[in-house]
Amino acid sequence: MTVSGWQAFWLLVHREMRLSFRRPEQLLQPLVFFLIVTTLFPLGLSLQLSLLRDIAPGVLWVAALLSALLSLDFLFKSDADDGTLEQLALSGHGLTLIVAAKTLAHWLVTGLALVLVSPIVGTALGIPVGAFATMLLSLALGTLTLSWLGAIGAGLTIGLRRGNVLLSLIVLPLATPLLIFGAAATERAVSGTSAVGALYFLAALCVFTCTLAPFAAAAALRITLE
Amino acid sequence: MSDFWSMGGYARYVWPCFGFSGIVLAWNVWAARRLLNAARLKAARALAMTASEAR
Amino acid sequence: MWTWFYKLASPPYVFGVAAALMPWLFGAAALAIGYGLVAGLGIAPPDYQQGEAFRMIYVHVPSAILSVTVYTIMATASAVALIWRIKVGHAVAAASAPIGASFTLLTLVTGSLWGRPMWGTYWAWDPRLTSELILLFLYVGVMSLRSAFEDPARGDRAAALLAVVGVVNVPIVHFSVVWWNSLHQGATIVTLEGPKMPGSMLWPLLSMWLGFMLFYGAVLCIRVRGEVLNRERQSAWVREAIKS
Repeated sequence: MTVSGWQAFWLLVHREMRLSFRRPEQLLQPLVFFLIVTTLFPLGLSLQLSLLRDIAPGVLWVAALLSALLSLDFLFKSDADDGTLEQLALSGHGLTLIVAAKTLAHWLVTGLALVLVSPIVGTALGIPVGAFATMLLSLALGTLTLSWLGAIGAGLTIGLRRGNVLLSLIVLPLATPLLIFGAAATERAVSGTSAVGALYFLAALCVFTCTLAPFAAAAALRITLE
Repeated sequence: MSDFWSMGGYARYVWPCFGFSGIVLAWNVWAARRLLNAARLKAARALAMTASEAR
Repeated sequence: MWTWFYKLASPPYVFGVAAALMPWLFGAAALAIGYGLVAGLGIAPPDYQQGEAFRMIYVHVPSAILSVTVYTIMATASAVALIWRIKVGHAVAAASAPIGASFTLLTLVTGSLWGRPMWGTYWAWDPRLTSELILLFLYVGVMSLRSAFEDPARGDRAAALLAVVGVVNVPIVHFSVVWWNSLHQGATIVTLEGPKMPGSMLWPLLSMWLGFMLFYGAVLCIRVRGEVLNRERQSAWVREAIKS
């Protein structure tokens, strides 16, 4: 029984999500990390909430970046360990489609979770409720882009010793435009000016990455799996 | 001549600047030659090993 | 007519050509850099705004241009190696990375030393400084990735992919940092050279730039020979080549 490309895609997404929910600690750890990191800043700086507002967008985004890096660990690792990844690669549906499905599923359980938790963190950092819409949208676009950049990095570093450190070294320079525009969008929303320009740039980065990254990530996996 | 060395008062920025540039250029040459010599040694060793294995 | 181009895909050919070219490139580089230093330090008049400190331009700008040029060459060689499976491409990329990284570091240090008297600070989140710093991280990432693999061929291909992905990012990073800096409008943006430089200042600069490029070519000749040897150790031609 052969399965069409689309069916395979959604089957794979469904599978990934079911597997993820079977190991809830894998999903909770990056979230908890996100919460902890954002807590560290106010504790370390002991600022008034009104002053915290100034650094809040930056802190939020750095924490999101770091926790996304943490979560990239399980994008390919368990499938690579037990040989499923090779089987998927041999399935004939094209590595690009497989990578796209896995990355989308990964974002849904990590990046999207981050976005949903962000109002809590935002309030803790003093971000006004009026800025929440921008914050949520920018984080949604940003984490999606990050999942894709991370997929390329993860594909290149599967099975390497100290692959985590290398992954961070690879992904962070590529993610700096994200950080800049994402933090700028949130900051403008906080200060009351229009964040539309920054959001457009973020959206452009997201579209650019989402169209090209699947091919790059598939190429990365091809190199690693050979 | 001392005007030249003092570089209008900026000597402590200008000369370290050029000095570090010289160091970087020198390092490049040194490191490149080190790589080539090491590669030559490794190739010679590999050839010697295959020659002795063939015997 | 294009046979010379195809020959460049052959490791023994590259090994020989690099050896032959190297002394000429070093000689030309020495001349260009020599003239640039003499004219830049001695003959060019002091800048009316920056005084003698502007002379740091003669190492800072060439190394900055080179840091980006070498990355582009590295990415191009990587792409050639990945697409057409030409191993010499990997050798060129691997050879270029440390050279480019050293020039990036040089750019940052000379920029910092120039910034202190001009801006009053050793560091500023200026667009160019920030993009240059990220470029250094990209270089380090490529070099680290290559050496992290036990199988050198796989390491070459992984590093090549990363180099290509990174080169796409270089203009994006620069653009985003420019936008960020103009958004914050806190740091001073000083134009380091006017659009029209008098000839006495410009010629030494062009000469230094040319000299640095020739220098990169000369060092590349040495390094690529080493990298080719490391990748072709088992080949028959190596036996003859290393006897010389």
